[in-house]
Amino acid sequence: MLYLALMTLELSPRDEAMLAGERGRAAQMAMRILATMAEVYGAERLLDIESVHVDGCLYHGESGVEFAERLVEGKAKVVVPTTLNVGALDLLHPEYFRGSEQVRALAGRMMRAYEAMGCRPTWTCAPYQALHRPAFGTQIAWAESNAIVFANSVLGARTNRYGDFIDICAAITGRAPAVGLHLAGPRRGQLLFRLVGVPARLLGEDALYPVLGYFLGAHSGTKIPVIEGLRPETTEDQLKALGAAAASSGAVALFHAVGVTPEALTLEAALQGRPPEATIDVTLDELRAMRDRLSTAADGPIDVVALGSPHFSPVEFARLMPLLRQHRPHPAVEFIVCTNRLVYAGLQKRGWLAELEAAGAQIVVDTCVVVTPIVRAGRGVLMTNSGKFAHYTPGNIGLQVVYGSLEECVRSAALGRVWRNESLWEG
Amino acid sequence: MSGDQSKIQNPKSKILHARVLVPGFGRGQALVLPEPLSLWGGLEPQTGEIIDQRHPRAGEVVTGRVLVLPAGRGSSSASSILLEAVRVGTAPAAIITAEPDAILALGAVVARELYGQAPPVVTLAPADYALLVEGQMVTVTAGGEVQVEDV
Repeated sequence: MLYLALMTLELSPRDEAMLAGERGRAAQMAMRILATMAEVYGAERLLDIESVHVDGCLYHGESGVEFAERLVEGKAKVVVPTTLNVGALDLLHPEYFRGSEQVRALAGRMMRAYEAMGCRPTWTCAPYQALHRPAFGTQIAWAESNAIVFANSVLGARTNRYGDFIDICAAITGRAPAVGLHLAGPRRGQLLFRLVGVPARLLGEDALYPVLGYFLGAHSGTKIPVIEGLRPETTEDQLKALGAAAASSGAVALFHAVGVTPEALTLEAALQGRPPEATIDVTLDELRAMRDRLSTAADGPIDVVALGSPHFSPVEFARLMPLLRQHRPHPAVEFIVCTNRLVYAGLQKRGWLAELEAAGAQIVVDTCVVVTPIVRAGRGVLMTNSGKFAHYTPGNIGLQVVYGSLEECVRSAALGRVWRNESLWEG
Repeated sequence: MSGDQSKIQNPKSKILHARVLVPGFGRGQALVLPEPLSLWGGLEPQTGEIIDQRHPRAGEVVTGRVLVLPAGRGSSSASSILLEAVRVGTAPAAIITAEPDAILALGAVVARELYGQAPPVVTLAPADYALLVEGQMVTVTAGGEVQVEDV
């Protein structure tokens, strides 16, 4: 039958040796899982990878702990530089965790198991801005949707969408199935999105990018979008926000922005010389409609402001500080910023941490508010400038959500109700 | 009774041939989802219940059923949820998709490693997939045969 999979996977002698157990039981299990999945993907071979970003360290249940500890028992060690995504605990502020003691213990065991395998305790969904930036063209195996789309699109490194389990198997074996976005051809842009009549002023606003990303994701599914009309000076944080939102509303693992991202110096390059499968015009009206879809509550009172998905960068903190000096959060509003330890250490050094805390801001590291119970409000409205937080908040933590710009979030926190800059989305 | 009549009218069961992603044997009543489902945020592994309130089959329990769905959706953490469902004993008897779904397959592959058991995960060609109907008794064999008994 044509529909049956053809078993065409050919392993290298080193792969075979691992599969035979010559590098220990854990490496054997990792290679067995990887080879099985390579067949599922229809790969003909495995390829060497240079780094891994692991998402499997986030607690979802006891089985995940058992998996990680089984690998540790089998003497698993990663063979390439491996960063860790967020865990379920803020290890610097354990008191922030509001879940059960049982889950706290299991989540902690899980984080330790991944460290024991030699992964770097980076605990961040944005490893790519400072901790580890893979070079253009590098083969990597990354998990966490926003990190995947950033590495592929903004850095031009090459990864498929990896996730729990297979990420650590790739790190232990140093191998990944040679299919999909690891190869040049499948990185071709498929859908062309043209910005039409979007004012130049709005292109300079950070608030545009989660909305544009959410639009791309909703209209791309698993296809590769190409955006025409972004300015060459589009910032890295804007591209980060765009990618994270696109990977929330769709399964976008790679986008090209003509004249901005490294595989899209020209439209022709992004499309690899072929015509797009479809062309979609993105108008201001459509962007406004998509902005409204990011909110599930009407403008009104708010209970929480959450920033930092993906984790807040130093540049983002530099934008936040003057706003916060002018507009101190209302004491009844939880004001939370999620970031990683490297950025946190920088805040301490510059004296910003003390200032943030004096203003009533809670700085969360190692984790974030939509993957673990940290927010004190059990219900109500959370406001955010993150497309990803806006997408996951209602389902994951049961609060309604309002999307706004950074300035709108800070000024709303001060008032305890949504404040709008009416000119932001004007034509 | 009408049920008996239909049995007499359809004495033969259909046999379809699937692409096997994760082999195994599973038998149960078909639970046919009209839309993809992200298991992360969509399935509660402690109870086997579909908890995505926006999903048309929210509230159904997948345990012991042959779960028929176009594809998974969204987060790669779906593998973790399927693994946890196997550990707790709430997993479906088998999973049949219309498109190969690597994330669901991975959950089953790891379950086999850890617990020595997992629901088979197979993919049917679209025309065959369309033949599956809610409530039919479906058997997935290790060789990738999907036997469908009309009710």
